[in-house]
Amino acid sequence: MSTMTKAYELRLYVAGQTAKSVTAIANLKRICETHLAGQYRIEVIDLIKTPQLAAGDQILAVPALVRRLPEPIIKIIGDLSNEERVLVGLDVQPVKE
Amino acid sequence: MKQKRRSESASNLPKSPTGITGLDEITGGGLPAGRPTLVCGSAGCGKTMLAVEFLVRGATEFGEPGVFMMFEENAAELSANVRSLGFDLDLLVRQKKIALDHVHLERSEIEEAGDYDLEGLFIRLGHAIDSIGAKRVVLDTVEALFAGLSNHAILRAELRRLFRWLKDRGMTAVITGEKGEASITRYGLEEYVADCVITLDHRVDEQISTRRLRVLKYRGSAHGTNEYPFIIGESGFSVLPITSLRLDHSAPTERLSTGIARLDEMLGGQGVFRGSSVLVSGSSGTGKSSLGATFAEAACRRGERSLLFAYEESSAQIVRNMRSIGIDLAPWLKKGLLQIHASRPSLQGLEQHLVTMHDTVKAFRPAVIVVDPISNLTLERTEAEEKPTLMRLVDFLKQQQITTLFTSLTTGGSVTNAAEDSQIGISSLMDAWLLLSNVEFNGERNRMIFVLKSRGMAHSNQVREFVLSGAGIDLVDVYLGADRVLTGTARVAQAALEHSAAELRRDNHERKLRQLASKRKAIEAQIAALKSEGEAEEAEVKFTIAQETLQETVTRQNSSAMAQLRGGAKAVNKSTKGKR
Repeated sequence: MSTMTKAYELRLYVAGQTAKSVTAIANLKRICETHLAGQYRIEVIDLIKTPQLAAGDQILAVPALVRRLPEPIIKIIGDLSNEERVLVGLDVQPVKE
Repeated sequence: MKQKRRSESASNLPKSPTGITGLDEITGGGLPAGRPTLVCGSAGCGKTMLAVEFLVRGATEFGEPGVFMMFEENAAELSANVRSLGFDLDLLVRQKKIALDHVHLERSEIEEAGDYDLEGLFIRLGHAIDSIGAKRVVLDTVEALFAGLSNHAILRAELRRLFRWLKDRGMTAVITGEKGEASITRYGLEEYVADCVITLDHRVDEQISTRRLRVLKYRGSAHGTNEYPFIIGESGFSVLPITSLRLDHSAPTERLSTGIARLDEMLGGQGVFRGSSVLVSGSSGTGKSSLGATFAEAACRRGERSLLFAYEESSAQIVRNMRSIGIDLAPWLKKGLLQIHASRPSLQGLEQHLVTMHDTVKAFRPAVIVVDPISNLTLERTEAEEKPTLMRLVDFLKQQQITTLFTSLTTGGSVTNAAEDSQIGISSLMDAWLLLSNVEFNGERNRMIFVLKSRGMAHSNQVREFVLSGAGIDLVDVYLGADRVLTGTARVAQAALEHSAAELRRDNHERKLRQLASKRKAIEAQIAALKSEGEAEEAEVKFTIAQETLQETVTRQNSSAMAQLRGGAKAVNKSTKGKR
C-alpha cells in the first residue's frame, strides 16, 4: 500500500532547447504517465537560463534526470530513450499492460 | 607585410607568468597565454600544488582571477591542503578572485540512459568564469571523468570540444593528468592539449626523494629542456634554477671580522670580505663547528643577523655546547639576531635543502650564514651532480652579499694532501679556505689552523695552534722545533724550558758579577798587603843601612882611636890610602 502512494519528485536538467532536450522531456513524460501515473511531479530546469543551479545537483552531463524524492537521490543521464534503464534507475516496477 | 607581422607575433608568443620561482625562467616568461597547458605526473608529484599556485599567484600578483575546477578533492579539502603553503583560498574566494567548483562524479550513483553530452560542465565552467571575470582556469584532474562515465567516445569528443572552447574564450588553462604507462597521460590527454606539456616526477634515489620538472613541449617558444629539481616548500613551489648562472655579482671591499682577532690577523689583518664564501675544512673534532659559531656570534655582536644551518646537532645542543667554550648564543636567539635551522641531511634531497635555505634566507635576510657542515648535504652525491647545485647556492648568496662560512668534514686525518684533495669539488667556488687539522705528537692530539687560500688579500703562511678554552677560541704561535712544529703540552714544555733557561742565564750572570766584585776586593786587599809589605821592607832596609853606617862610624872611630893609641897614624893613613 505504502509503495503505491510513494510520491516521485523528479527534476530534469537540460541545456537549451536542443534536440536531446526535447527528446528527453518527451521521453520522461511518457515514462511517468505510463508507470507512475498520479505519483510524480516533474520540474524542468534549463541551465542556459539558470547556470548557477548546475553545481547544486552536481550536473555535468545533460540531459540529466535527478530523482530528489524518494531518497536517496538518484541521477540518470542521457535523453532517456532507454526506458528499461530509466525504470531501473528510478527503481520503479514497470506496469505490465 | 602581413606575413612579417605574423612571424613577429609567433616569436613573441604571449605568455602568462606563473609567479612560480624558477618556472617562469625555464619557460621564458610563463605558460602560453590563452592556451591550455598539460601538467602530468604520477600520484603525489605535485600537480595540484603547481596548479593552485599558478592560480593564486595569478589572482594575487598578476590581477588575473581564476577558476579551479576540481574532480578529486572537494573545496574544503583543497583549501586545507594548500593552507600549509600559505595560500588562503577561502579569502580569495570571498574577494571574488578565485572560484572553486568541485565536480563530483560517482559512477555507481549514475545511470546512463541514452544520448548525452557534457554541456552541463561547460555551463558550470562558463558560469564560474563569468562570475569573477576569470582569465585562468585549472582542471584538476579532468581524467577522473573517464572513471565516472562509461561512454568514452562521447567523453573524448566533449573533451576535445572543451579545450577548443577554453582556447576560444582565451583562458590560460592548466589541465592536470595522471601519468600513463606507455603514453604521457593515462587517457592520452596530450592528444588534445598540444601547446605546452610539463611533466613532474618524484624519484627516490638511495632513499632520498627528489622532485623533478621538465618542460616536454612548448609550441612556439624556446624553453629549457633539462630536468630541473623542484620542491614544494613552505612558500610554495620552487623550481631550480633559483638563480641564474651568470657571474656578475658585485665585489664589496668591506671586510668582516671572523670573531677571532688572531685569525683576522692571518687574513691580512682585517678578516674576510663581505659577501665572500669561506670554506673551513678538517676532520672530525678539529673545531669547525666552534669556528662557525664564533663567526655567527661575531656578526650578532656587530648587530647583524646571522643564520646557522646545522646538519649535525640540534639547536639546543649547539647552544649548550658552544657555552662550554664561552660562546653564549642564547641571548642572540632571543633577540632575533640569530636563527638556527637544524635538520638531518637525509630529511630531503640536496635540492630541497637548498630551496629551504633559499626561502629561509629570503625571509630572514641575514648578513652572515654558517652551514655546518656542507659535506653532509653532498654525501650521497657525485661531484657532477652536486657542483652545479652548490654553485647556484653560492651565487645566490653572493648576489645577496651574504658572507657565508661552510664547514666541511674531510676524511684525511692529519695535515696531508688527502685532506685537501677531498674538497676539490667545492673549493674552487670558495674565496677563502681555512684548513683545520689534528697533529698527533707526544701522546696527544692538537688542533692547528692555516689559511690555504684567501682571494684578494695578503694572508699569513703560518700554521697556528688553534686553542679551544672556556674563554673561546684563540690562536697561538706554534714552536718550530727540530724539523717539526710543537703544539699542546710540547709547546708548553718548550716554553717552560725556554723560560727556565732564561732564568738560569740570569742567575749565572749575577753570580759572575758577584764573583768579579769579590775578586776585585781580593785584589785590592792584596795590593794593600803588598804595599804595606813594601813599606815594611823599606823601613827594614833603612834601619839596616842606618845600623851599618853607625857601625862603620863606630869602627872608624875605634880604629882611629886605636891608631892614636898605637901612634902609628902614618901607617894607618898609608894603609887607608893604599886601600883606596
